[in-house]
Amino acid sequence: MSLTVLNAIIAVVIAIGFAALNAAYLVWAERRGAGRIQRRPGPNVNGPLGLLQPLADGAKLMTKQLMIPGGADKALFMVAPVLAMAPAIMSFVTIPFSDVIVAKSMDVGVLMIFAFASLGSMSILFAGWSSRNKYGVMASVRAVSQAISYEVPMLITVITIVMMTGSMNLHDLAVSQAGGFWHWNIIPSLASPLMPVSFLIFFICSLAETNRAPFDLGEAESELVAGFHTEYGSMGFGLFFMGEYANIVIGASLITILFLGGWGCPFGLFPSVFWFLLKIYLLIATFIWIRWTFPRTTIYGLLNLSWKILIPISLFNLLLTAGLLKVF
Amino acid sequence: MSAPIHIQPGETFTLNVGPQHPATHGVLRVKLEMDGEYIVHAETVLGYIHRMHELMGENRTYPQVLPNLSRLDYLGALGYTHGHVLAVERASGIEVPERAEYIRAITVEMNRIASHLFWFGAFVMDLGGFTPLMYAIQDREYILDILERVTGSRLTYCYYRFGGLYNDIDDEFIPATKAFIPRMRESLKKYDALVTGNIILQKRLKDIGPLSKELCRKYGATGPVARGSGIDFDVRKNEPYSVYPEFDFDIPVYHECDSFARYKVRMDEMEQSLRIIEQGLEKLPDGPIMPAKKPKLIKPPAGDYYQAVETARGSFGIRIVSDGGKNAYRFKLRSPTYSNMHLFDEACEGMLIMDALALMGSLDLVIPEIDR
Amino acid sequence: MGAYFSEIFRGLQSLAIGMGITFREFFKPVVTVSYPMETLKMSARYRGHIELVEDEKGQPKCVACGMCQRACPSGCISLASESVEYEVEEKGETKTKKKKVLTKYNLNFTTCSLCGQCVENCSFGAIDFSKEYNLASSRKEDFHFDLLQRLKERNS
Ligand code: SF4
Ligand code: SF4
Repeated sequence: MSLTVLNAIIAVVIAIGFAALNAAYLVWAERRGAGRIQRRPGPNVNGPLGLLQPLADGAKLMTKQLMIPGGADKALFMVAPVLAMAPAIMSFVTIPFSDVIVAKSMDVGVLMIFAFASLGSMSILFAGWSSRNKYGVMASVRAVSQAISYEVPMLITVITIVMMTGSMNLHDLAVSQAGGFWHWNIIPSLASPLMPVSFLIFFICSLAETNRAPFDLGEAESELVAGFHTEYGSMGFGLFFMGEYANIVIGASLITILFLGGWGCPFGLFPSVFWFLLKIYLLIATFIWIRWTFPRTTIYGLLNLSWKILIPISLFNLLLTAGLLKVF
Repeated sequence: MSAPIHIQPGETFTLNVGPQHPATHGVLRVKLEMDGEYIVHAETVLGYIHRMHELMGENRTYPQVLPNLSRLDYLGALGYTHGHVLAVERASGIEVPERAEYIRAITVEMNRIASHLFWFGAFVMDLGGFTPLMYAIQDREYILDILERVTGSRLTYCYYRFGGLYNDIDDEFIPATKAFIPRMRESLKKYDALVTGNIILQKRLKDIGPLSKELCRKYGATGPVARGSGIDFDVRKNEPYSVYPEFDFDIPVYHECDSFARYKVRMDEMEQSLRIIEQGLEKLPDGPIMPAKKPKLIKPPAGDYYQAVETARGSFGIRIVSDGGKNAYRFKLRSPTYSNMHLFDEACEGMLIMDALALMGSLDLVIPEIDR
Repeated sequence: MGAYFSEIFRGLQSLAIGMGITFREFFKPVVTVSYPMETLKMSARYRGHIELVEDEKGQPKCVACGMCQRACPSGCISLASESVEYEVEEKGETKTKKKKVLTKYNLNFTTCSLCGQCVENCSFGAIDFSKEYNLASSRKEDFHFDLLQRLKERNS
């Protein structure tokens, strides 16, 4: 018993460490990447290649005063940033990084991750609502309607995959795609000819789910100032920021496990954690690349996209796959 | 996408956009009465950056007002100073050598491109895309470099003088401008592919923010705003001044009346400005840049004088009433964005705040120019 | 139905084109200048704040006529002079003449609009724009330049 408790604690500590490290250096990567896309160097003064920039940012955020605006709902205001970060860290616990590196392999791993992911929109709602700022309230309402409409196609796509694999365990899902890229879920097979489309839908939904551009309506800095975190400063803001990046890592991990064969090598050789990390960082690079290319969608454009395009297509795909699974 | 709204009393809330807000690009305040994300009523509040340029024009001698004009619209300053010198020249009957007039036209068009480029970047940034702003600023930098070598400043130029110019162009001006034109054409193609064709941008602008012809007429809108609503009016063509009749260029007019039409007008205008610059460089005559004889003291005979020019934002008019003295008796500036902005209040009613701010971006507001 | 799919397809295509452009830009060289480490050379006509011009003897060319002061729209130039008597040999006899000598030439750069009226109105070429652009301070007084003093410092 005590061993399992210890295990759990170690797992959580590692997860926090991994999430924090990732968040810090993804910010750096994002700023460097954005810089290069815009033909400027990005942060390059602190340390070689600006690698100490996250430390400087962290020191700045931590030494600032935490302000609670007058009239704010104090308890919720304080809870919201924690709620942004905590579920993201919890989700790491069930993600298998390789055949052996997994904190807790759960049979309902997929469900757990989605349950935690929806907690993320709670934090946005709390933050916007409690800070007693009209921009914040508008942003949080947007974020929630966005989350509602994007979880539907996302889950439908996941159901399609779970149906094919017959398991909700992330480990099993990855193992079922072992041995070369032609086994991966993204490659269309007889039973599921529309898999690349599913992948695209899932990818778009992940962008929306993590509030990344072009779906960053909750922040929308040119309209809503800073959206739900307008009133946050100091580490409150820092936690939101880290939470966002931790969510991105989880989104990328999920895509990798569901569609890109998890830790498997594209050519069926030496499956290892290296491949897993390579895949998720490539996906994250794409997220960054997309963010610095496109303008933001509107709220109705986003809902239209979800309800008129993504949901019908993913539903069709679900039915098609179900039918074909019966045939083959 | 506006929907009919039925508001119960007490269901709306007030949202202050500005005086410090990323979308207003300056100290403009828009008081919005909102129903959720829909705007019920809007009221623009001015006066945060009023500097009394008109009064300054009345208690300073004519040459002393020269620097003021470039402080109106800091993005397209040369167009405004051009209007001022033309007005004073008209009032006091000063002949301008042809070379000076050509150089003025070329530099004004360069400045117009620079201004449109900055608008383009800032507008796309309003829509949430940051990268095009950086590309636009890069291109604008070439223009500013060329203009800096000639005028000595990068933003608030004080280059034109009554009768001509402060100094002639330098040796590098012509080759640098000639090199700039093809580069700019390349960039325009890039913007077309990266931004204009982008489905997200089109969805955000097409059929959004309609400004009818009547509305534009009612508020006296000019410039790209009016031309995006099908009003074919450009001072350069309709009331030709300077050497513009010598150039062959088109006035882009779109009849869709939406934000996308205004966007397209400005993008096309950049190409037309490039054409004017090309022709201007070809035709540039040799000669002096200042008239041989010019009154030492500018004292226009008593009278009422008006001159309009087409700046990057629309028709800028300047009225000088002279009583024969060293100072103007009345110095009135008719700034284009002042009129363009005022239609915002009426146009944005019933719109979503996102679309309204996109509409505001498409008006190309420069606040110091509204609030002189 | 066809329109529905063709719109989706065209939309995706336009997004791919945009991403292609940013991808290409990613590998192009950086265009910015890392300012404090690298600086640009100011062009010959760059307008910094004004500076007195000296003659061959290192003395200011200015004859304290006050034209620049009067022309300045912002009233940022203030100068003072005193008459000094000096002797010249003229046709064999020594004459005493008076001339104005500049004793003070102050520029209040906080209100200067760099319009060039002063430079243009000086018939003696006694002032010119400097190439100074690295001006930053939190105190107003740091921009009240004593140009005569600066001229002396330049010469020493
Ligand atoms: S540049 Fe203009 S404002 Fe500045 S000191 Fe000279 S005349 Fe005055
Ligand atoms: S700088 Fe020129 S204009 Fe000014 S006082 Fe001296 S000589 Fe006269």
